Amino acid sequence: MTTQTAKPKRSNGASDYKRNEAIVGWLMVAPAFLLLCLFLIYPFFTAFTYSFTNQRLISPNPPEFVGMRNFNRLLTLRFFTLEPERDVDTGEVLLDEDGNIEYPRLRNFTRNNEEYPQLDGLREFNSWQWGENRIVLLASDIVFWKSIFNIFYFVIIVAPIQGGLALLLALMVNQKLTGVNIFRVIYFMPVVISIVVVSILWQFIYDGQNGILNSILNAITFGNFEPVDWLGQPETAMNSIIAMSIWQAVGFHMVIWLSGLQTIPFVLYEAAEVSGANWWQKFRHVTWPGLRSTAVLVTILITIQAFGLFAQIDVMTRGGPLDSTQTPVFQAVQRGFEQQDISGGSAISVVLFVMVLTISLVQRYLTRERTA
Amino acid sequence: MSIKRLLVFAIAGAVLALTSGLVAAQETVDLWYHGAGNEVERGILLQIIEDFNASQDDYEVVLEEFPQGAYNESIVAAALSGELPDIIDVDGPVMPNWAWAGYLQPLNLSEGVVDDFLPGALGYWDGELYSVGLWDAAVAMYARPSDLEEFGIRTPTLEDPWTLEEFNNILETYDESGQFEYALDLGMNDAGEWYPYAFSPFLQSFGGDIIDRDTYLTAEGVLNGEEAIAFGEWWQGLFENGYAPGTSQDGADRETGFIDGRYGLQWNGNWVAINAIEALGDDVVFLPAPDFGNGSTIGGASWQFAVSADSENPDGANAFIEFAIQDEYLAAFSDGIGLIPATASAAGMSESYSEGGPLEVFFELSQEQAVLRPVTPAYLNAALVFRRALADIANGADVIDTLDAAVDDIEQDIGDNDGYGF
Repeated sequence: MTTQTAKPKRSNGASDYKRNEAIVGWLMVAPAFLLLCLFLIYPFFTAFTYSFTNQRLISPNPPEFVGMRNFNRLLTLRFFTLEPERDVDTGEVLLDEDGNIEYPRLRNFTRNNEEYPQLDGLREFNSWQWGENRIVLLASDIVFWKSIFNIFYFVIIVAPIQGGLALLLALMVNQKLTGVNIFRVIYFMPVVISIVVVSILWQFIYDGQNGILNSILNAITFGNFEPVDWLGQPETAMNSIIAMSIWQAVGFHMVIWLSGLQTIPFVLYEAAEVSGANWWQKFRHVTWPGLRSTAVLVTILITIQAFGLFAQIDVMTRGGPLDSTQTPVFQAVQRGFEQQDISGGSAISVVLFVMVLTISLVQRYLTRERTA
Repeated sequence: MSIKRLLVFAIAGAVLALTSGLVAAQETVDLWYHGAGNEVERGILLQIIEDFNASQDDYEVVLEEFPQGAYNESIVAAALSGELPDIIDVDGPVMPNWAWAGYLQPLNLSEGVVDDFLPGALGYWDGELYSVGLWDAAVAMYARPSDLEEFGIRTPTLEDPWTLEEFNNILETYDESGQFEYALDLGMNDAGEWYPYAFSPFLQSFGGDIIDRDTYLTAEGVLNGEEAIAFGEWWQGLFENGYAPGTSQDGADRETGFIDGRYGLQWNGNWVAINAIEALGDDVVFLPAPDFGNGSTIGGASWQFAVSADSENPDGANAFIEFAIQDEYLAAFSDGIGLIPATASAAGMSESYSEGGPLEVFFELSQEQAVLRPVTPAYLNAALVFRRALADIANGADVIDTLDAAVDDIEQDIGDNDGYGF
């Protein structure tokens, strides 16, 4: 205000109009902006704050700031070398019945051992053989680390396959054939059905005893196929969820590709045709360059969506068996609401946020328009 | 004329205002219930509410129902926003957590009204009665007498239950007979409160527990001690040997597997006993839990009524609860959905639990064997940890490491909550 009065007042019609327009613009944005603040920005900052406290969902105890405790609990990793058990007299390495080297149990070091206070409460995440010794990677929160590992596996498989499949479908339904709309609807259908319903249906499909998938495999192999408990085994559970997730959301990305395809001017194809380009050349030199910005959008969208994997897990496996389908978002919800540990859940959200943001920025950088 | 008319209107208006004031003097008491979707349950509860509202003029009870899966979250959300109803329906083992968190106030019932109640139907916290249930539930081993006879297996009794060795041999016999997909159905598909409710008594019978009940501050030594490890190894064996279907069991198989003869034995609650009797007639018996070395036990406590801490009508809420725990209603719930009436006199009035009734055995089970799940606010989280540990062990995780991790998780939670008041 003061700066305004200090300046000589100019009566300029154009700038008045511009200012009015700006005010109207802000007014129009206001409702959406308010809602964004209320439901996205405010919760984000509270989650950020909570992650440095011991906030509980319900508790008569007032919350306190605990510094980095929640992050230390999540992220601590430590290597430890286990030396083999040796014969007390000869010093020889002891072997078990199968001829494997015997090691002392880790719990002797990680539980109430005053000589190793830095290992207290840590658990084995992975281990490798190194000569006679065994190198163990210990983590304070193996469930969290497994969930991180799982989600990266999920994203790395889902992003290219789902994006590629969606493009293929888009190319197929982009043809000018009668009845092609039926296929567009069919491919898009799983997207509009609630993910919870889809998950329950796929649970029936994956059923270990009389699921449809087992029945089909059994029929086409003339009964030579041993039924597999798809969701009940650590080896197959995550892949089963990946297959189902790709199928479920592929239609959505198909529509985005389709919109990209339809922005490519038809004259370019005609020109390519005249120049004698074959199918592949047309795709390589007309379609693909024209889809550039769509491709960036689809990649970033799939990545972000895939990192948020939750509903399928919640309905179909609840993180099991043996944590093979744990994901960070599922863990955040689980901790915040089921275990009533809001601060722990918030800490996971913050870590995930930083991770996804970094990855999106890297993707953005790698796919930037190069002006060379 | 017109003035007279005006006067009449004015008087009528005044009378109306007065009477409506009188009607408003009847205070509303809200009741939240977990059983949405169950018509029979709803019918009985509505009958009780109708009878209560008709029996006096001071209070009017209004029912609001929630599906069980969303009920606890609804209560927590209501508590956070200060919108709790007057009467809260609460699952027995969860009650201490809500009492500790300040959602509940102690009940204020007339002297002696709960004296005859089964221990599992009464919720005590901090020395005070916070909740009371109209029923208890019990779990038993469902078996077909025809199978027992065929395999030459003795029928166990409360005094003389199957021992660990005997039970293992029985499972092997069932398994080797080749007549069943699985020898024993534990209900592993139901990954909710069923796990701690149905399986922690096995652990207790081995000599372990979920939390050390001397201090309620630790689980070290009870959940990862020798006894608990023995339990864990036995538990893992059930699945390794293919005796029991694992965590990926289909809900439909759980419902029909035993009745259809695909499962040999079934560990299940009294609430489905009526179905089994209808399907199998005389060819089903309900047997007590095996004694794994430290006595045969089952879990106690089911859903109960409590009064919320910031209720505006605690008197009305208490009056309703006292009205609802009359024998006739206890018997009605039992007849309607097969639950165990909370008093012996109500059991006598019920169809299934009276002398010679088909489910009489469950009343005895509940009376003789029921052990409450640890009465502490820490139970809420410990139950989740226990459930996870059992599922992981069933799926082949290392027993000792899993139990150690469970102990750490429980202790961390207790530490984070400053010992939950212990």
